[in-house]
Amino acid sequence: MTEITEGRCRIPSGCAISGIFSRSGKRFSGEAVTDSISVMHERSNGLGGGFAAYGIYPEHKDRYALHLFHNDQDARQRCEAFIEDNFEVVAASTIPTSRVPAITGEPLIWRYFAVPRKDKIAAMHVDEREFVAQCTFDINKNFEGSFVFSSGKNMGVFKAVGYPEDVAAFYRLSDYEGYCFTAHGRYPTNTPGWWGGAHPFSLLDTTVVHNGEISSYDANRRSIEMYGYQCTLQTDTEVITYITDYLTRKKGLTYEEVCDVVAAPFWSEIKKMPEEQAELFKYYRTVFAPYLITGPFSVLVGFEGGMMALNDRLKLRSMVAATKDDMVYAASEEAAIRVIQPELDRIWAPSGGECVIARLYPDAMARLKEGKL
Amino acid sequence: MAVNYIYPEQEIVRNYDRCIACRACERQCANEAHEYLPEQKKMTSDDAKCVSCHRCVSICPTRALKIVRTDHDFRKNGSWDKKNIYEVYKQAETGGVLLSSMGNPLDFPIYWDKILLNASQVTNPSIDPLREPMETRVFLGAKSQDVTRGADGKIIPKTTPQLELSLPVMFSAMSYGSISYNAHESLARAATELGIYYNTGEGGLHEDFYVYGANTIVQVASGRFGVHREYLDAAAGVEIKMGQGAKPGIGGHLPGKKVGADVSRTRMIPMGTDAISPAPHHDIYSIEDLRQLVFSLKEATAYKKPVIVKIAAVHNVAAIASGIARSGADIVSIDGFRGGTGAAPTRIRDNVGIPVEMALAAVDKRLRDEGIRDRVSVVAAGSIRNAADVVKAVALGADAVYIGTAALLALGCHLCRTCNVGKCNWGIATQQPDLVKRLNPDVGYRRLVNLMTAWKHEIEEMMGGMGINSIESLKGNRLMLRGVGLNEKELSILGIGHAGE
Ligand code: SF4
Ligand code: SF4
Repeated sequence: MTEITEGRCRIPSGCAISGIFSRSGKRFSGEAVTDSISVMHERSNGLGGGFAAYGIYPEHKDRYALHLFHNDQDARQRCEAFIEDNFEVVAASTIPTSRVPAITGEPLIWRYFAVPRKDKIAAMHVDEREFVAQCTFDINKNFEGSFVFSSGKNMGVFKAVGYPEDVAAFYRLSDYEGYCFTAHGRYPTNTPGWWGGAHPFSLLDTTVVHNGEISSYDANRRSIEMYGYQCTLQTDTEVITYITDYLTRKKGLTYEEVCDVVAAPFWSEIKKMPEEQAELFKYYRTVFAPYLITGPFSVLVGFEGGMMALNDRLKLRSMVAATKDDMVYAASEEAAIRVIQPELDRIWAPSGGECVIARLYPDAMARLKEGKL
Repeated sequence: MAVNYIYPEQEIVRNYDRCIACRACERQCANEAHEYLPEQKKMTSDDAKCVSCHRCVSICPTRALKIVRTDHDFRKNGSWDKKNIYEVYKQAETGGVLLSSMGNPLDFPIYWDKILLNASQVTNPSIDPLREPMETRVFLGAKSQDVTRGADGKIIPKTTPQLELSLPVMFSAMSYGSISYNAHESLARAATELGIYYNTGEGGLHEDFYVYGANTIVQVASGRFGVHREYLDAAAGVEIKMGQGAKPGIGGHLPGKKVGADVSRTRMIPMGTDAISPAPHHDIYSIEDLRQLVFSLKEATAYKKPVIVKIAAVHNVAAIASGIARSGADIVSIDGFRGGTGAAPTRIRDNVGIPVEMALAAVDKRLRDEGIRDRVSVVAAGSIRNAADVVKAVALGADAVYIGTAALLALGCHLCRTCNVGKCNWGIATQQPDLVKRLNPDVGYRRLVNLMTAWKHEIEEMMGGMGINSIESLKGNRLMLRGVGLNEKELSILGIGHAGE
């Protein structure tokens, strides 16, 4: 029997998401985000949970932290030969895990801190980040049994098939400290049974957790695939990740501009804008039309030094944002924020298409770059 | 009298209980099929003259008339059907090439009818177009995604020239000459009111219609009829016609009898002369020549107007479209083998070209595989019959579609397929003043606006059902399509799954 796994078919899912961000760059453990996401247990069905954590590897800040699933030792060896060939691997080990009864069928889970080989980059005529992205695609597409699920610097994705709180316990998320965590609990309508299919989905330091089912999927996918991306999983999250990466890294758009592209205002609203602004939106909707995302979604996008929360333009999925001092929160439900921070300075439901972006304060950003956060 | 081998295809059936012998049919039939018999005080008719245009049927005050397909037939023969036999008779008699009008009428598969659309259930809400915004606006033209910023870091929102359409439908090329002044006026006014475009075809632009220039695409075809500076200046976009779906590889021929004073002035040819468009453009024998014409036209219009290149859907259409995309054209228009025409050799019309569904799917895929899909917009044409065809075309990858036959139907055309004769009883494909005036542009344009308004609502309904509220999210969204009764190869070319997959 052919297994129905991610990438062979499209699996719609409903979900819960949560994110916590410290703008002053305070590092905190993964416990808070675990508490937050587990409040929304009902929104998951145990078929996928995961986390993205930023600022967790300061000692390796200049190395790519590659997190991989390998199905077996053979796959691992084949894949590692490829990695060694393209990267100088400074440290390689399994990612520490704890036995959790609810989490079963785990693959081999490895982490490599690696620096791309200069000659290989030069031979490909691309910049370093593009090189790493291409290596990731290469492994995910061509190395049967191996899958890169995290490939950024000083950040990492941790995900599995299970409820988010079990996934957190499994990966010992409370042992990690970072300035930003995002979390995801999944409610797929189908049985994926594959760890790679859980969220967050990531490329380099961009991670996406997402709740919704976008109706523009294939339009988005077929457009982004023109520019060197390969959507192997057929998930919304994957295509949103690539769109974000393409627009920011390759086209130089800011995250605010990305929001304006993917959740562009309706023409009826554009018509009411001052001329200069209207011209700009018309430009987005002409040139970047293939990246408009329709259908219900709420997403949290993590990136180096920042986190972005965004709803579809009709706000067909719930999402609440809040702040307390330097902390920024965003989650599918208010309860998921209150449980970790009952006292809030401000709490609001961002309207459809309104993006909420949290960034490190400039001094914190500088410290992050120096590895002194 | 010589033996007549041909029995008329249709019979005029008159109900004498109802006929009041008012002679309206007689006056209305330009083919003179009806006749009044004074002695007997009754009407009679000659089936052989009837082309089945239903004009008399539509105007008969007592509904006494109908036109039926004759049941007169040959002995059943799987190989030699009536059509083939009669064509032999005709050619044996005349020694000529057979001519026909409108698109290929033969029984080839219509893929639109074998494709079904998706709708949202449970996991994703459908959207009610009556309550939520539903957007059908599209822009045609090259989309460069190279972002430029000013010194202040702000994006400079500059694009190459675009055609802005309120819905992804345009009226396709039909020349003044092949169709009437009133038909052109109806199309031009409707396009203007709708915020879309109509296309002059290769017959030039009548000076009265320059006022509709902002919604006009002017055509430059191999005959170069009516092409001059003001013509190009008047238009919103310029279309180079390389080919036509109804007659790929064949030029055009407007008989001299259709070239009256007005047509002659507009086409810039002497009155009464045949207007012959050569099969190829004699300055385009290869793709680099096309590039030169594209850029000549861009130069001539100061790079302010998008250039469309229209080709017939032929076997190698994907590679040709890719070449066109690289030649600097902003839009490529693909005309399928069902596309209509004023006149074409029957053999060509019925045997050359490929279905637009296949051509469109192949072109869209090829342009994407080569990473140049954003460099051109793709327009599909050739028998787009209704709003569902539009939605399916967009989901296959079209930016917009051209409609020709559907627009003529809205104006009253009854698909009698004798446009080439020039005696269109509906005032469309004719230059005879008495016939032309039967088409009232005030009515004609309204009917076109109605048709497009209806389609727009239907497009919105279908999009809403899919949970899509902007047409750009439908473009190329083939996951929204499923085939029924198609084989693996057909599905793979269309790039869609089978129903149930
Ligand atoms: S050609 Fe048209 S108008 Fe004349 S008889 Fe036939 S259907 Fe009637
Ligand atoms: S345009 Fe006139 S002549 Fe041509 S098919 Fe229609 S009704 Fe017949």
